[in-house]
Amino acid sequence: MSTTLTAAPPADVFDAERIRAEFPILQQQVNEHGLVYLDNAASTQKPRRVLEALDRYYRVDNANVHRGIHELSRRATDAYENARVRVASFFGITDPAELIWTRGTTEGLNLIASSWGMANLGPGDEILLSVMEHHSNLVPWQIVAGRTGARLRFLEIDEQQRLDLSGLDELLTERTRLVSLGHVSNALGTINPVQEIAARAHAVGALMVVDGAQSAPHLPVDVQALGCDFFAFSGHKMCGPTGIGGLWGRRELLEAMPPFLGGGDMIHHVELEHSTYAAIPNKFEAGTPAIAGVVGLGAAVDFLAEIGPDAIQAHEKYLLGYALEQLRAIPELRVFGPEELAERSGVISFTLADIHPHDLATILDAEGVAIRAGHHCTQPLMRHLGVGSTARASFYLYNTTDDVDRLVEALQRARTLFGF
Amino acid sequence: MQLESLYQQVIIQHYRHPHNRGTLEAPDAEVHLHNPTCGDEITLQLQVRDGNIADVRFSGHGCSISQASASMMTRQLKGKPLAEADALAARFTEMMHGNPEAATDRKLGELRALAGVSRFPVRIRCALLAWNALSEAEKQVRGGAGESKAAG
Repeated sequence: MSTTLTAAPPADVFDAERIRAEFPILQQQVNEHGLVYLDNAASTQKPRRVLEALDRYYRVDNANVHRGIHELSRRATDAYENARVRVASFFGITDPAELIWTRGTTEGLNLIASSWGMANLGPGDEILLSVMEHHSNLVPWQIVAGRTGARLRFLEIDEQQRLDLSGLDELLTERTRLVSLGHVSNALGTINPVQEIAARAHAVGALMVVDGAQSAPHLPVDVQALGCDFFAFSGHKMCGPTGIGGLWGRRELLEAMPPFLGGGDMIHHVELEHSTYAAIPNKFEAGTPAIAGVVGLGAAVDFLAEIGPDAIQAHEKYLLGYALEQLRAIPELRVFGPEELAERSGVISFTLADIHPHDLATILDAEGVAIRAGHHCTQPLMRHLGVGSTARASFYLYNTTDDVDRLVEALQRARTLFGF
Repeated sequence: MQLESLYQQVIIQHYRHPHNRGTLEAPDAEVHLHNPTCGDEITLQLQVRDGNIADVRFSGHGCSISQASASMMTRQLKGKPLAEADALAARFTEMMHGNPEAATDRKLGELRALAGVSRFPVRIRCALLAWNALSEAEKQVRGGAGESKAAG
């Protein structure tokens, strides 16, 4: 097996084995094999310190936030608001009040569609998306378009599954009110030039929303540098707990937007017939929030910040280069997405001969290798590619070249079982 | 886990060369089922004469388990009375739920090759997709008293 790395960055100085040791879940056997977890685009594992932060929060500090006079409530509130400051800083957000806690990217995008969309869109207005969007950056806009009479338009993709920007001038007009695009495609790994598109959106007076579910965990992200107006992300895809994520938006936009959900903690003054609302971020955080989730996400971001997003990205790029070279040596294996490493994140979507992706996933699972098979919540993209589904291996900071070798061995096993 | 028991030659043979794949011109029942979690799709058509399944076809796409199950099922259904088809479906479902007697029941014929699926819980619904379509198609036949229904 060749291990020459012509396409990969020079050297992998990253100590993935040491990082791997921080993740208790990765130490287990699955189907009598050491677990190789390659489903990170779906959800990531949690390091010990995130588990300990959750445990400590519930054992020692648990109480409701922003309400109590007592000691535990003060501690819970401090932990909750302190995490906001740290997570904001991680994404280059200078004003932490611009960071709203959500359940995840899906809720963040729904918040914009529902709150901003219902208040600002009408017949004749256009929303620009692309054919590679995750359902969560598609369905909320379909709903708001249906209610307001706005029209959805779509950027196409080229033969390497990159956004085809040749149609941008035609699609982006004075009718465009908002552009919403994935920063990194969950199904293909394509990194989209959202910075360039944000500038062009602003030039026609449109807002730019970035679905950061697949970029926040893997690339250095500075929302100011991206030049977008909103950025949504999920905690569980970046070593944090499920049920927590964030939405960043520019202060003047958030302040002008109506509330998304009504309830406790988002109000300023309540009468029987009407209310006034709290300032941001509380205006968008009705009800008791996912306090433990926020605490856990804070610990996850501390962990990622110590290692460094640049180092994480370089490690994943190294694995990607190594994996692509190994996979392309397998006969009849088709890899989707851009050819240039610089244009892709650590996601590899592929098909192997006539073996259905679900069969591949079952065979790999029996070998202890966890991948995703299916449409990846991108049914329009799959139709565009002319496939019902693909197999997808996706990396994170704790994966190693040994994991890639195990993936390749398991794929060889699949070929044998199917008579190749 | 025993992959060899799951991916037997006969299953891969049916996957690559399915029987009764295609469409009927005037089906008495037509059912389209879609599994939104995995994307598998099947369209099953039945032609019924005097309470017997005179002809059957399927189309769509899916994994080897769902396609082999559909292929084997259609092969066994041809010429069978609807009541016998029901009994076969019930027995097959028992086998999927791990019943060892069902897994050796000669009535199931080559469908017994799919017995190994019962040890892969997330794949059972793949094997049952065609049978769920059969159940819906039979409801159409009984509801319509065997009259020809417009396709779609």
